[in-house]
Amino acid sequence: MKVRVQRAPFDFAAEAAAFGGAGAGAVVTFTGIVRDCEGSLQRMEIEHYPGMTERALTRIAEEASARWGLVGGLIIHRYGPLVPGEAIMMVATSAAHRAEAFAAAEYLMDYLKSRAPFWKKEIRSDGEAWVSARDADEQALTRW
Amino acid sequence: MIEILYFAWVRERIGLPRERVDTRAATVADLVEELKLREARYAAAFADLSALRVAVDQDLTDFDAPLAGVREVAFFPPMTGG
Repeated sequence: MKVRVQRAPFDFAAEAAAFGGAGAGAVVTFTGIVRDCEGSLQRMEIEHYPGMTERALTRIAEEASARWGLVGGLIIHRYGPLVPGEAIMMVATSAAHRAEAFAAAEYLMDYLKSRAPFWKKEIRSDGEAWVSARDADEQALTRW
Repeated sequence: MIEILYFAWVRERIGLPRERVDTRAATVADLVEELKLREARYAAAFADLSALRVAVDQDLTDFDAPLAGVREVAFFPPMTGG
């Protein structure tokens, strides 16, 4: 399982190709993109807690790997300024069968949302605000 | 000495990303009480603990956590990764 926290953009297609999946029967990938629903988002600033971020992501990744017997796994999460349309993060999982690969990817996403120390601030044409955590994201953890 | 880190709006409200504090606080909650007495900006940042999360030596914990032997305490709002 690989974990990368970086400021620089990543190339999803190249990462997915390099991830491969040898020995696995299924590969699942997910990418999160900066969206602009209201049409006023200029950029998003992502802050994180260096040290704890890598530690939290590694723990989440190891848990997923053990639980679903993954062949491989990858988490890339960016920080710093991002504009609408840019990829924020990606996860990839590989397993013998698709059920495990899908479940592990969803688990990684659910835990990334509320257990990895990232905070998003939206800078809009009419002001800026920190993105609030959603109750639904915290609730999502109870299914695991 | 304990290193205290602040993130997101907690950092903005306090006006610092980190600071070293000489404290005898036994728990995180005691440390928060000490900080609140310092200045209005600390009192404002720590007014509602239910809106805050805390990590001790880079592990999420709660406000009852003891501080003996701890190097680093971080305060921040609920996380919004992904």
